[in-house]
Amino acid sequence: MRIRVDPDKCQGHARCYGLAPELFDVDDYGLSTAVDGGNVPPGLEDKARLAIANCPEYAIEEL
Amino acid sequence: MIPPTDPVRSESKGGTMARTRPVERWETDFDVLDADYVADPFSVWDRLRGTCPIAHTERRGSTWLPTRYDDVVALAHDVEHFSSQKIAVIPIDGDEPEEPVLAYGLPPISADPPLHTWTRRLLLPWFSHRRVEGYEGLTRTLCAGLVDSFAVDGRVDAAGRYAQQIPVRVIAHVLGVPPEMADTFTGWVRDVLEFADDPERRARGGDALLDFFVAEVARRRTEPGADLLSELLATEVDGAPMDEAIVLGTAALVLIAGVDTTWSAIGSSLWHLAGHPDDRRRLVAEPELMPLAVEELLRAYSPVTMARVVVEDTEFQGCPMHAGDKVLMNFPGANRDPAAFEDADRVVLDRALNRHVAFGSGIHRCAGSNLARMELRVALEEWLRRIPEFHLADDAEVTWAGGQVRGPRSLPVVLS
Repeated sequence: MRIRVDPDKCQGHARCYGLAPELFDVDDYGLSTAVDGGNVPPGLEDKARLAIANCPEYAIEEL
Repeated sequence: MIPPTDPVRSESKGGTMARTRPVERWETDFDVLDADYVADPFSVWDRLRGTCPIAHTERRGSTWLPTRYDDVVALAHDVEHFSSQKIAVIPIDGDEPEEPVLAYGLPPISADPPLHTWTRRLLLPWFSHRRVEGYEGLTRTLCAGLVDSFAVDGRVDAAGRYAQQIPVRVIAHVLGVPPEMADTFTGWVRDVLEFADDPERRARGGDALLDFFVAEVARRRTEPGADLLSELLATEVDGAPMDEAIVLGTAALVLIAGVDTTWSAIGSSLWHLAGHPDDRRRLVAEPELMPLAVEELLRAYSPVTMARVVVEDTEFQGCPMHAGDKVLMNFPGANRDPAAFEDADRVVLDRALNRHVAFGSGIHRCAGSNLARMELRVALEEWLRRIPEFHLADDAEVTWAGGQVRGPRSLPVVLS
C-alpha cells in the first residue's frame, strides 16, 4: 500500500499524525507528508485507512 | 481591547442574558442569542436541515446560518467571496468602538491573504506538534494542582474552578507572561470573556490587558526573551520592523483565541462525562481511547462558530447573498449533520470515521488546534485519574454561554 498527502489540500489539522504517527511527519507549519515515500509497512494498512478517512481536507490518497 | 472582533456570548438558564425577541420562524428570523438556541442549538439545526438548510435573519444585520456540513466546508474554502475581516456577528455593545491601537484587527484570524498568509506563518511554529509537546508537562502539573485543590470538597463548579483556569495559564506561558502574574492575568481575561453582562468589569479587564501588552512590548524592545512577543518584535517585513499594531493584534489573538474556546471544550466534555456514566467508565477503563474520544467530544460539542462577510453579491445554494451580509461559520452544526456522520447526535467515543471541522476548514484552520487538543486531553486525563466518579449536582443549575462560543459557564458537579 502506498499513500500520499496532497500539499495543496493539507491545512495542518494533523489528524493523520495523531492517528498514525508511524506513517506521517508534520513540519513546523503543520504540513503533513507521508514518510518513506508513502510506503505503508505491512500491518499498518488499517492505520493508513483510518488516517485517510479522518482527514477533514480529503488531502490523503491511496496511490 | 477586545470588542471589535469578540464573538458574542449569551447565557441560558438562570443567568442574566440579552433579552431577545422570541423567534417565531427559525428559517427566516433565527437568533443565536435566543435562550432556547443557547441551551439546545442541536434541535434547531436538525429542523433547519429539513426545512431550510441555510437560514437567514435580519436581526443585527443580514446574516446567514448554514447547517449542512458540505455547505459550511464550501463556504470556508471560498475565501474570495467570503472574507474574514468580520468574524463576530454582533459587537458586544451594539456598535463597533474604534481601537486605533488594533488598527489591523487580530491577524491572521481577522485577515484575508496576503496579511493572513505571513502573520499565520509567524504563528504556526509556536503551536506545532513539537512545540506543544513541550507545553504538556506544565499543563499536566497545572491540571493536577487544580484537581488537588478541590478533590476533597465533594462538590465543585467544574467550569469556574477547573476548565476556566487552564487555557489562560498555558497561553500566558507561551506569551512569556511572568509566572507570578498568572493569577492577575487570568483574572483580566475572565473579566473580558465571562462578564459580558457587566460592561464595567469587562472594560476594566480589557484596559488592563491592553496596558499590560503595551508595557510588555516596550520591555521586550530592550530585553528580548525567548517568547512569542519578542519574536514578533524582531520580525522584519519588507526590511522594516513589523507594525506595532500588527504585533499587538497578533498577541491579543493568541491570548483570547485559545482561552474561552478551549475552556468551553473542556467544560462541555466534563458535562458529557458527568451525565453519561457508561462513557465515563469506559474512558477510565480504556485510557488508550483518549485520542479518539477527544476528537469525538470536539465533534459533538464544538464550541466555536466563526463568521465571514460577503465580499460581493453572490448566490450560494440558491441563497441571494449581498455584499456586507454576514455568514455564520456553523462548524458545530456541520459536525452534527447526519449526512456527514452516522448517528450524528450520539457520542461514540471510538468513532472511526470522523472528519469533524471543530477547528474549521481551509486556510483559517485553527492555528492553535494542537495546543487545544493537548489541553483537552490532559485536562480530562488528570480529572479522571483523581475523580473517576462524578455526576451533575443538578442539571437545572448548569448554565451555558452561547452565541459564537458555546460551553458551560457554571457546571456544579458532585464528586464521589
